[in-house]
Amino acid sequence: MKRIDHAEASSHFIKAKDHIDFHDKRLWDLRTKRDRESESLPEWQELRTLASQIKEHTLTHLADYLEEFERNAQSNGAIVHWARDAAEHNQLVFDLLRTRGAKTLVKAKSMLTEECEMREFLGPRGIEVIETDLGERIQQLDNEPPSHIVVPAVHKLRTDVAAVFARTLGTDPANSDVHYLAESQRQTTRPHFLAAGAGMIGANFAVAETGTIVVCTNEGNADLSMNLPSLQIASIGIEKMIPRIEHLGVFIRMLSRNALGSPITQITSHFRAPRPGTEMHIILVDNGRSERLGMADFWYSLKCIRCGACMNTCPVYRRSGGLSYGATYSGPIGVIIDPTFNLRKYAALPFASTLNGSCSNVCPVRINIHEQIYKWRQVISERGQLPMVKKNGMKIAGKILSSPRLYRAAIGAAGTGIEFLPDFMMYNRMNAWGKQREVPATPPMTFRQWYLANRTKKGKKK
Amino acid sequence: MSSRDEILARIRAKAPAPRPLPSVPLFDAGRSASLATFKSSLARMGGKLAEAPADGDLDALVRRLFPDAKVLCSATPEIAGNRPLSSVGKPADLDDVDVGVVRAAFGVAETGSVWLSEAQFGINALGFLSQHLVVLLDPARIVVNLHHAYHQRGFHEARYAVLMTGPSATADIEGILIHGAQGIRSLTVVPVPAPPGA
Repeated sequence: MKRIDHAEASSHFIKAKDHIDFHDKRLWDLRTKRDRESESLPEWQELRTLASQIKEHTLTHLADYLEEFERNAQSNGAIVHWARDAAEHNQLVFDLLRTRGAKTLVKAKSMLTEECEMREFLGPRGIEVIETDLGERIQQLDNEPPSHIVVPAVHKLRTDVAAVFARTLGTDPANSDVHYLAESQRQTTRPHFLAAGAGMIGANFAVAETGTIVVCTNEGNADLSMNLPSLQIASIGIEKMIPRIEHLGVFIRMLSRNALGSPITQITSHFRAPRPGTEMHIILVDNGRSERLGMADFWYSLKCIRCGACMNTCPVYRRSGGLSYGATYSGPIGVIIDPTFNLRKYAALPFASTLNGSCSNVCPVRINIHEQIYKWRQVISERGQLPMVKKNGMKIAGKILSSPRLYRAAIGAAGTGIEFLPDFMMYNRMNAWGKQREVPATPPMTFRQWYLANRTKKGKKK
Repeated sequence: MSSRDEILARIRAKAPAPRPLPSVPLFDAGRSASLATFKSSLARMGGKLAEAPADGDLDALVRRLFPDAKVLCSATPEIAGNRPLSSVGKPADLDDVDVGVVRAAFGVAETGSVWLSEAQFGINALGFLSQHLVVLLDPARIVVNLHHAYHQRGFHEARYAVLMTGPSATADIEGILIHGAQGIRSLTVVPVPAPPGA
């Protein structure tokens, strides 16, 4: 297993200046639209509190709600399966498709199936998986994972998409008109909807009271995936549970306002029972979630509703791109989830943050993201997983900063003031933070030098 | 042990101390359930509102709105269309529908959404394979906001229920908004009182 080097990976993205400028602007635009919504609803903060409390209640009673959900889904005529991990989930899906003779699976966007690497499993076994969300389809055709949990291809410009579609869908490589590209995807995806043997969705919410699966989309692809094929599969992470239908009022009001700055998604779908004469299968997936529930500091991350607001507001995410995290989940939420999957592999990610706290401030379910990032750094340090450069740098910095004598010697050595300290601590060649940043101009003397020159020992003006 | 029992046992062993479930207010003080509010919310989401015809001829209205439409499939007896739903064998057969027509059970003023289920669609795919959708909505059946919407019984009874808010849309390429992603290219709501008994 290769450890993810976020800084190194992001350097490739940062080099493409037009990409990084657009990426930064586009995501900040989403953040601005979100702000407009939050400022227009007087109950915004109350809704955040309610959303957080409902999620915390559900997670602390999760086994009961899962059983209630299962009972109701079964009495609605759905078939419920349970998967301990990604391997079991993928095998379940494959067995369902194989035994029903389904060769093509049309599917809506699901971060869970990305997490399980389901396409990679099904492909070699003769199943054609068609991602039907435009952004997700672009990423599938380009053999890349999604770079953002809401807008999967946000790191690509229209010319990139034109090149991918020309190569894979046979569109005109010289035509990068966005309407043309989107229409080309619509036209090439439609036949798959009409012919596919099976359809698949993820879930934004699962309602215990009724056994309902709720999916929030804009494109109509989830509803086409579920309302045409005779075999329907929904894969759900066990943390998606909420107790009652009425709680959707809180979450549906918050989700798209936080994600895209719209009051609701174009299509909010509620699947409770299969269409007559068809099969609906629901797979409840654990894949590390029950373990995370037992982590006293980190279980709050299970409240996440995957709106992406923390990513859009994060200065590090906006300027490094989702792919540089090397994980299914990127940005601040990824930074606190990914280490639960593999601490060693993702040990660098909690350092991809300035700890500015903006992520926690926008989070619709009040996850203390930046505090968790800080705690992960402690865990990583305690378990000896600190990357070498950081470890040595921190060691030396710790020594210097804890001794006034050494500190003065260090900055004095630079002659003209503080240059040495930031250069040494932050902007050296080994530390990625300094690579794309300008060191602020240094004053001609240190504060101490000024003080000694201008004040007597008793603190009086000289 | 089965995966189910193993997962449930682990959750029970690991779950943090119980936290209470809050009650959720309706947040409706001073908020309007008017057609005007509905209309402006719908417009924000890219949907249109067409005035009901004075002479009550809804068929003529739909033909006026979509003069080039060849296949018109209506799931409500209030409009005839030329593709009876009863003649449709499987959902995929609706692929050539230019205009679908349905009557919504209710609307939501806060968002401009209309509520539809299998009872309104007849065949659910009508709402997604059609190029355009016309939705009849009784102005007396508009609720204030989503909290009120989620207190409607329909969510407990329908196999499939959807809040549709304007046409299908995407902004996945450079944030450019496009109406008509995979589903309907336009959604037009016509405010018409529901016939008695509907």
